[in-house]
Parts: sequence; structure tokens; C-alpha cells
Amino acid sequence: MNAAMSSREIFANMLIVALFLAIPLGAVLLDEPFHLTLATRIAVLALAATGLNIALGLGGLVSFGHAAFFGLGGYTAGIIASHALNVEPLALGLPATQSMPVIALVAVAVAALVALPIGAISLRTSGVYFIMITLAFAQMIYFFAVSWPAYGGEDGLPMTLRNAFPGVNTSKPLPFFLVCLAVLAVALLLFWLIRGSRFGAALQAGRQNPTRLAAVGISPFGIRLAAFVISAMVAALAGVLFANLSRFASPSMLSWQMSGELIVLIVLGGKDRLLGPLAGAMLYVFFEYMLGGLTERWQFFLGLILLGVVLFARGGLLGLLAGRPRHG
Amino acid sequence: MSLALLLEQLLNGLQLGVMLFLMAAGLTLIFGVMGLINLAHGSLYMIGAFACASVAAATGSFWIGLIASLAAAAAAGALLEVAVIRRLYDRDHLDQVLATFALILILSEGTRWLFGSFPLYLDIPPVLQGAVPLPGGGQYQLYRLAIIGVGVLVAIGLYWLIARTRLGMRIRAGESDREMIGALGVDISTLYTVVFALGAALAGFAGALVGALQSVQVGMGEPVLILAFVVIVIGGIGSIKGALVGAILVGVVDTMGRFLLPQLLALMLPAAQAGMAGAALASMLIYIVMALILALRPNGLFTARA
Repeated sequence: MNAAMSSREIFANMLIVALFLAIPLGAVLLDEPFHLTLATRIAVLALAATGLNIALGLGGLVSFGHAAFFGLGGYTAGIIASHALNVEPLALGLPATQSMPVIALVAVAVAALVALPIGAISLRTSGVYFIMITLAFAQMIYFFAVSWPAYGGEDGLPMTLRNAFPGVNTSKPLPFFLVCLAVLAVALLLFWLIRGSRFGAALQAGRQNPTRLAAVGISPFGIRLAAFVISAMVAALAGVLFANLSRFASPSMLSWQMSGELIVLIVLGGKDRLLGPLAGAMLYVFFEYMLGGLTERWQFFLGLILLGVVLFARGGLLGLLAGRPRHG
Repeated sequence: MSLALLLEQLLNGLQLGVMLFLMAAGLTLIFGVMGLINLAHGSLYMIGAFACASVAAATGSFWIGLIASLAAAAAAGALLEVAVIRRLYDRDHLDQVLATFALILILSEGTRWLFGSFPLYLDIPPVLQGAVPLPGGGQYQLYRLAIIGVGVLVAIGLYWLIARTRLGMRIRAGESDREMIGALGVDISTLYTVVFALGAALAGFAGALVGALQSVQVGMGEPVLILAFVVIVIGGIGSIKGALVGAILVGVVDTMGRFLLPQLLALMLPAAQAGMAGAALASMLIYIVMALILALRPNGLFTARA
């Protein structure tokens, strides 16, 4: 499955990475911290989309509800940090903390615990039912967050301070960017390892031909469920970083538009590609700021571009740069 | 809790259900016949509401506005089908989701461009203003009753259209074997455009009717769209009967949940907490019901096709 990349694809990947790294480098050299924030936003969105890409790209599981896990990560960070700030213990008398690694672990565990039943129920269905049931579960969590006033309700939950990372001053843009970059690199490595593993091979075979997979004695359900849960855990990690970036856990992180945007990122960049989410996040943030600077109605043009990509450029940006995918 | 209040809430649930049916019928028909998942259905609902509100404001007549909403939504639907949607029938669901998600962005921002960010308001027509006495002493808005009546009429009309007319026969044939009816000489691409426009008109009609109850604004379609998805998933995608049952179920469960759950929890919890927990639980209730139904019957209550 993990056949050697074509030289054109290697070139395309290097181009994406170089373009991406040029943003923070330029920002540091020219002393423009705003562009560092943009690069951080790209890294965090790419991280969330890389998580979704494990389910969607490899497993063909079109989850329209990954905002739920993204938002759960954000809210976990916000809730634990707000308890720590007010020196209130959490539920069951557990002490709250400001430590980002601990919070990230909790968020990932929470996401896994929530994704397990959601995945187990949703994976009983397939096709359109799967799309809609994942959407519905995400809406359920969204409405819960909006109607439960203890943690901000509709107003969301502001974070006064970013979570602390040992040895790193997260309130400065550059160190925080580097933390996000490192996490993204680990997630991309995870994606790459999964894609090349036996598990990944079975997952992709389940997307391409489930009957054949069953014929060799592998049940797709367990594999898909594992992929769905891992995918949710990565999305939650991105949610922690996103809430830290904006210092705000907002209900919009849980909204169905967010779920849609995560899918958009993957498809803009190139589905089933290692760097598809990164390429997509770069394009998306680029459109958001370039078009957003030109016109208030940037979403209109984003819609047109997206429609054009779906109808005419099916491989996304990486598909244009690297040619046809090696498999799929 | 008086009987009149209970009855009023029940009627509210029925009215919501009827509205959801108008949305869900189009969605499920489009999926059943063309195999297309259309996220932009909520935008057609919005277009209907905007057409009705602006024409009613210009002419002073709600009824002309209502006709305009049908015409505008059907025309927008036909236009979308010809320009974009028909390129998506052979694509996988992911492409369909994305392309119609893009259409939402375009149509929402386009509407905001044309009409501005301020909501429009639509008055209930004079004939339907006022209230009707309920048994047990309450009163109920005449307009909401009229919506329930119209919804029932549309459901009957749709049943008649599908079960008794030539167009309905072709729609049913298209659901079971689209290649065969093409081979039999039916112009399938026109049929698809007609079905899409019909679904769009139903959505626009629903938007116009609801527009008189709430403000008409960009983004009004998406919450209804998601509820309509829940409806067709519960009912079984492609089944009109399923859409009807699912819509009434979702409308009544949602409304009664919001009404009864806080009171039910108040028996166990202190009042403030019961209100909070009840409201939170009620807003999740239909999704819980959907998850339960799908856990037991993964293809919904009425499966139209495999």
C-alpha cells in the first residue's frame, strides 16, 4: 500500500512544506507577529483535518460531525483552565490544572470516550445515513453546550490565559506556534504510520471493497471503529490548541459549519494524501484573509471556488500539483 | 399543568412536524429518485421566505407573496439543478456534500448581498389573524392551525401525485430503476429537474409559511435542514411515508420534550437545576430518539430501498 511516492508527488509535498514554513519564517524575519498567528491557525486547522483524514481519507468514513470532537477538546481546555484559574476542583474533587500536556491528555481521553459509543452506533449505518447520523450526534453535543449555562452557554467560555507548557512561554506567538507545529508533525507521522501499517491496509481495503475484506476474514467494523476513535482523538487535540490560540472555547467550534469546514479543508488540499489537510488549511486561511480583506462577502467567493474544485479539480491542490493519486 | 396548555403544546408540536414534513418530503424525494444528498435544501427554504416577505411588502398581499415563494423556490431549484446539481448524480456522497455546502455559502452570502443583514418581517394575513378557543379554556393561534391544515392537504396532494399520476408513476419508476425508465423513453434529465424543482417549491413554501411566525433572515434554513435530516433518517431515506411519520414524531417529541422535561425533572431536582437540566436534555432529545431508532433499525423505520 505504501508504495514509493512519485518524484512529482515528493516535489509537490516539499513545495507545500516549504510554502508553509516560509510564513512563520517571514513573520519572524519581518517581525510581523500577525502572520505567525495565521501560521498557527493553519497548523491547528491542518491538525484537525489530519485527524478527520484518518477516518475520511483512509477509511472512506464521511463524518459530518467531527466538530463535536474538535469542540470537546476546546471545551475541555476551557473548562479545566477556568477551574484552575478560580482554584475550584473539578467534578469528583479532582484538582484542576493549567498544564497543557495534562489538559491535552484529558481532552484526548474524553474524545475517545465520546467517540466510542458515537462510532459504534454510527458505523452500524453507511453512506448517507452515516453522514447524517454523525451530523446529528454533533448537533446533540452542540445544543447541550449552548443550553447548559454553567460553562458560558451560547456566549462560549473565554480563557484568560493560555495553558502552560513546560519550558515554553505559550503566551508568546513563536513558542506557541512551535508547539502547534510539533503536534502537527507528530499527527502527520501518525497518519503516515497508520497508512503504511497492516491496520491501515485493512482500513483502506474496507473503503475500496468491504466484501473482499470480509472474504479474507477481517470484519470492517472493528477497524473502522478504531479509525473513527483515533481520528476523534486527534481532532480533540486540535481543539485544545485552537481554544488556546483564540483564548476562547466557542460553541461555533461544535457547530455543523465547523464539521463542514474540516471536510472542505481535506478536499481543497487533496483527499487521501498525507499533506492534503495542510495544503487545504493553507488555501483556506489564505482565502479567508485575502478575500476577507478584499470583500466582506468572501464566503460567497469561497463557495464558488469550492464548487469549482469539487466539479472540475477533483484531486484538490495536491492533485493539481502531483497528478493522479497512487491509489484510491 | 392544565389540559389546555398540554393541548396547545401538542398542536405546536404538530405544526412543527407539518413544517418539517414539507422540508423532508423534498429531501427524501430527491434522495430517493436521484440518490443526491442536498445540503442546500435549507437555502431554498430561505429563498421562499425572502421571496414571500419582499413580494408581500411590495404588494401588500401575503397571498401573492406565497405564490411568489413557490415560484421563486421552484425556479431557483430548477436553475440549480441544471447548472450544478445534475453534475453530481454520478459522484460519491462526499462530493455531493461539499458541492451543496458550497451552494449554501453562495446562496447565503448572495441573499445577504441582495437584502442586507437585517431580518425582514412578514405579517400573518388578516383572514388568519386571531385565535380559536380550545377545549379546556385555552386559545390557539388560527394561523398555526391553518398551517397544520395546509400541511395535511399537501401531504394528501403529494400522496395523490405520487400514487395516482403519470408523473408520480415515473418518479416511482425512477426510484426503483433509473436506467430502465430511461430505456423506456422517459426523458430522465427533465424528470430529475422537475423532481428537484418540486422539492424546492415545497421547501420554499414551508419557508414562506414559517416566515410569518418568525423573522426572515439569512441562516434560517440550516436549523430546519438539520431537523429535516433527522426526520428522513428516522423515517428511512427515500420514503415519503417515513418522512411524514418521522416529521410528526420529531415535531411532537421536540416540542413536548421542551415543555414536559423541565417539569418532570422538577419532581426530582431543585427548581433552578431542573429547569437547566431539562432545557439541556430537551434540546438533545430528538437526537437521542434518532440514535435509539438507528441503533435498532439502521435503515430507519420505513426502508424505501436497500
